[in-house]
Amino acid sequence: MKPAPFTYIAPHSLAEALAAKAEHGDDAMFLAGGQSLVPAMNFRLAEPAALIDLNAITDIDAPRVEAGALRLGALTRHRDLQYDPAIAAANPLLGEAILHVAHPQIRNRGTLCGNLAHADPASEMPAVMLALDARLRLASHTSERWVAAQDFFEGIYTTACSDDEMLVEVAVPVTAPGTGTCFLEEARRPGDYPMMGVAVSLTLDTDGRCTNARLAYCSAGETPVLATAAADLLVGTDLAEDAVAAAAEQARHEIEPMGSVHASVGFQRHLAAVLTQRAVPVARMRALGETP
Amino acid sequence: MTEPRARITTKVNGSEESREIDTRLLLSDFLRHHLKLTGTHVGCEHGVCGACTVLVDGLPVRSCLMFAVQTHGREIATVEGLAAPDGELNTLQAAFRTAHGLQCGYCTPGILMTLTAFLAENPRPDEAEIRDALSGNLCRCTGYQNIVDAVLIATGQLTPEPAS
Repeated sequence: MKPAPFTYIAPHSLAEALAAKAEHGDDAMFLAGGQSLVPAMNFRLAEPAALIDLNAITDIDAPRVEAGALRLGALTRHRDLQYDPAIAAANPLLGEAILHVAHPQIRNRGTLCGNLAHADPASEMPAVMLALDARLRLASHTSERWVAAQDFFEGIYTTACSDDEMLVEVAVPVTAPGTGTCFLEEARRPGDYPMMGVAVSLTLDTDGRCTNARLAYCSAGETPVLATAAADLLVGTDLAEDAVAAAAEQARHEIEPMGSVHASVGFQRHLAAVLTQRAVPVARMRALGETP
Repeated sequence: MTEPRARITTKVNGSEESREIDTRLLLSDFLRHHLKLTGTHVGCEHGVCGACTVLVDGLPVRSCLMFAVQTHGREIATVEGLAAPDGELNTLQAAFRTAHGLQCGYCTPGILMTLTAFLAENPRPDEAEIRDALSGNLCRCTGYQNIVDAVLIATGQLTPEPAS
């Protein structure tokens, strides 16, 4: 099938884009990378009457660090997370996770904000945002607001973005000394959506005790899952084997995977525990400044 | 209803092309049906097979996931631009012939374009790097081994066996 006809709008500023969205409302969709939207349009699962192409906009900021936060705008592509040395230096979890997202050809066009706004439950980057306690800026023609990542993902392909809003920017912390991260996933083939994936962020004090832990899972339910109870079992410990095992076991129960042709629910839960047990020690070593 | 139209000017394999098109026209269909460049193949139309891969401003992309209207002012490279004007195969293409790196040829243009960009960045890749670079292109015929060999031959890392 081919896409249904649409009015093509190519604004040159963010304000123009948001005004166009306000005018067309539900009938208009934003086109950034198009790597999730255009397949849907090719299948006619999406038939927007108007397409607002963001690629000619000149006032969307390039990635930058400001006040301890790495700020990534709506045209930051997956490719940038892989190759931009400033992003790699500021937050290594992004570059580690992005290697698992699709393939180079997809990453050359696809955008981080587009991927988050699409909110596929199996996508890696939404889980990464939860692990990083990211903040997402939603803007409309008349206002803007910041939303915590935990409050952004509401269901399958469903986010807190309202009909007149665009996800314009993501802010993630610059990874400070004492904080270590790790992303691991298990997929049938490299580049496939994972059967299970985990993004870990740990902060240790100078005695090596964990003061903060975030464990986030993808392909773990209708949204990415932040396993807070599992993370609580790590806080206050020195992340010895028994603490990690306990957290892995808790995570197994805390997620709500839906199963698929590639992996049963039981196998997804098993993978979550295994990946947790592998990822936490790696994040810990990185927090200590050691090479895993 | 009259369909929304747009006029675009794009450089394809070095030549400027100006056309009036439907805004919903995919880049893959623009290349094949409007410019008659049928070397770019359409396998899945949802971005997973890689047969439609072309270079836009030097980067490999899925032409089935871009609208032609998005390429206004951009430069596109397709498989037709690889050989010399007199038809002589370039080094990579010649290596594919030597190594028998294609059978039906359906995936081949997408693979050649992916590799053209890859080798520009990494002129002497090892086998693992080659296989990783190819991970976004599916081939049902060859089992990939001869494609990997073709790349090793093209990059001077493997001596082709003499033809029997």
